[in-house]
Amino acid sequence: MSFVKLAASALTLSAMAATTATARDQVQVAGSSTVLPYASIVAEAFGENFDFPTPVVESGGSSSGLKRFCEGVGENTIDIANASRKIREKEIKACAEAGVTDIIEVRIGYDGIVFASQINGPAYTAFQPADIFNALGAKVLVDGAIVDNPHQQWADFNSDLPASDIVAFIPGTKHGTREVFEDKVLLEGCEATGAMEAMITSGMSEDDAEDACIDVRQDGGSVDIDGDYTETLARIDANPNGIGVFGLAFYENNTDKLKVATMGGVAPSTETISTGEYPVSRPLFFYVKKAHIGVIPGLKEFASFFVADELAGPDGPLAAYGLVADPELSATQATVAAETPMGGGS
Amino acid sequence: MTDASMTPAPAKPKRSSLSVLDARTRKRNAAETRFRMYGVAAIAVGLLFLVFLFASILRSGIPAFTQTVMDIEFVLTQEQFEEAESKMLKTGEYQKIFVNALQSQLEESGLEVAFDNKAIERIVGKPGGTIRSYFLENPDRVGTPVSFELAASSRVDGYFNGRVTRENIVDSRFLMASDLDLVDALEEAGIIHGAFNWNFITGTDSGVDNPGGAGLGASVIGSFFMMLVVLFLSLPIGVAASIYLEEFAPKNRWTDLIEVNISNLAAVPSIVFGILGLAVFIQFAGLPQSAPLVGGLVLTLMTLPTIIISTRASLAAVPPSIRDAALGVGASKMQSVFHHVLPLAMPGILTGTIIGLAQALGETAPLLLIGMVGFVAREYPEGFLSGFTDANSAMPAQIYTWASRADPGFYEKAWGGIIILLLFLITMNAIAVILRRRFERRW
Repeated sequence: MSFVKLAASALTLSAMAATTATARDQVQVAGSSTVLPYASIVAEAFGENFDFPTPVVESGGSSSGLKRFCEGVGENTIDIANASRKIREKEIKACAEAGVTDIIEVRIGYDGIVFASQINGPAYTAFQPADIFNALGAKVLVDGAIVDNPHQQWADFNSDLPASDIVAFIPGTKHGTREVFEDKVLLEGCEATGAMEAMITSGMSEDDAEDACIDVRQDGGSVDIDGDYTETLARIDANPNGIGVFGLAFYENNTDKLKVATMGGVAPSTETISTGEYPVSRPLFFYVKKAHIGVIPGLKEFASFFVADELAGPDGPLAAYGLVADPELSATQATVAAETPMGGGS
Repeated sequence: MTDASMTPAPAKPKRSSLSVLDARTRKRNAAETRFRMYGVAAIAVGLLFLVFLFASILRSGIPAFTQTVMDIEFVLTQEQFEEAESKMLKTGEYQKIFVNALQSQLEESGLEVAFDNKAIERIVGKPGGTIRSYFLENPDRVGTPVSFELAASSRVDGYFNGRVTRENIVDSRFLMASDLDLVDALEEAGIIHGAFNWNFITGTDSGVDNPGGAGLGASVIGSFFMMLVVLFLSLPIGVAASIYLEEFAPKNRWTDLIEVNISNLAAVPSIVFGILGLAVFIQFAGLPQSAPLVGGLVLTLMTLPTIIISTRASLAAVPPSIRDAALGVGASKMQSVFHHVLPLAMPGILTGTIIGLAQALGETAPLLLIGMVGFVAREYPEGFLSGFTDANSAMPAQIYTWASRADPGFYEKAWGGIIILLLFLITMNAIAVILRRRFERRW
């Protein structure tokens, strides 16, 4: 019979706990695993410097973060979505349908995407977008004809590259990094090799040709990584021939294990990325639900703290960790201060 | 007679002797020996894996329990205090004050190495938060010399425990090879030394640029509250369900169906319960995300089948004669169950529960979906009740989070976290074994 008592007390306990749970007092953030490190640095500093509780920052990828962001307005939805790409029209529409209309877009800075391989592996030290496309594209141009990718080794198409098997670990489709990889590397390479032109002359529409360009081979030469960069690093550790796609900050934290390749002759660094010389970079964003400002304590303070010069500026802790500071940070600060939503302001 | 012994009938089988083994027996004995050797080999392989696993966990995880610290004494003036408090990034200001104090101290001590402000910044970790919270709690110490023991940066920590060496160091803005001379000099001067890292056991999670400040404490508390929820929900529900099914329920098609489903439920992958928890508890019932309460509810679902199955097995192991005797002296069905059967089945139920709890304690997959993975366990819960609802992490989720961070220092922390988690699991399993040994009755 003590079980009856036990069960009753357990139920009361959980009911009591549930009733105290109605008001949320800390900011909830989710989204891109590329932005996560920066958001966690800011969240820690925010908890140390303000009287508000430390925000909770989850990972999961840009798309899944924006999906949760667009679930609706209310305390059991997240306040901020981190994204390593711009929000898509489709997502804005999904948001609007769920009642999330005023979204503030905040650009925190830039991140470079680098190609790195095992430090003792073959000499993958210089790539052009065309090399990556020839290695990883599903269909490539060989002797004037579009064929299924026949290349097994890097030297098959460019004798300057080592004669080792093609294995690349690229971010999976739910990562925002993938989109940049497709746009700035595969598509560029596709145009540079002339494959795009050949596709269009063979009767494809331009859109179809672009889609065909960013298709990656499925025969094992290219491996999608859905997890974090640590997973890519583990794969490269196990495979000396592999090359992996990393964020600049991650590479800089692991220079003892990885060596980086130049892209188009430019070595990736915060300097070359901020000047735009290094071609493969992308802006990082977070999106704030305007309807939650004033409801969730500390939300606006957190957003403005994130983009303050002391944090996101060139001498701040975010830059020290590997973020490339945004030269137009003051415009972003003004956007946050005025709570200007997307579309409405511009 | 004689010719019979001279020419034995060819069809007659040869007499076998017990002392001389014939070919077939030898073959059978050899097969048995071989089988035993297979068994020994299987156990040896298993043990080898275990030894390898433990060795690698211990080797990678032990460094997480030590930390490189710097003993520094310095004075914070009232003006510095007020100036720092007026800034937006107050902790950064304290950090600068600290670096400057350290620099002047080093210059006075006349160490024979070249260093600059930047080098010191690379060596110290992120002490700003510690310094600020100390002076906020003890405002009267402003203006008096205070000695601090502050964690050095994770690269320096790596240098002390062998992760970073002079051979493999690559100059980066995190640490330069030339900084190591300064670190060596500081060590000789007794300012920098290794110490046991209590903060790792009691502390909270830290930002990705501060592995030295990361601790498992908050997530241990998170796990504790989850286990409370699991215990107080799954034990009564599971025991009540199995007593009813085993002792009272009629045996018909419906109870068969329920039984089959309970067995099936025990085999459902845990991530499925995570999705269920997200849909039902968070999106439908509106419970807070990242809360140990929700984690506990999800893990309850997962643990229930384990508890029901083990409880039913131990109820069924109580001999029917006990029930018959109780009924025979006039006890009601319920009296016979609660006065006689249940006490005898208790050891089995408890072991089943503890093993179920241990399983739940190590579970990560469902927690991924209800938001307990990421940068969560930064603050301790304020009180007992808010312990259930405040955002927190759990031990396995915290380990998962650390393992996915870029700084190699966190990788070490993840292994250290595994050691603590394993200690908890071993303790729980040991309790289960002791309970079973002490109280189990055989008929």
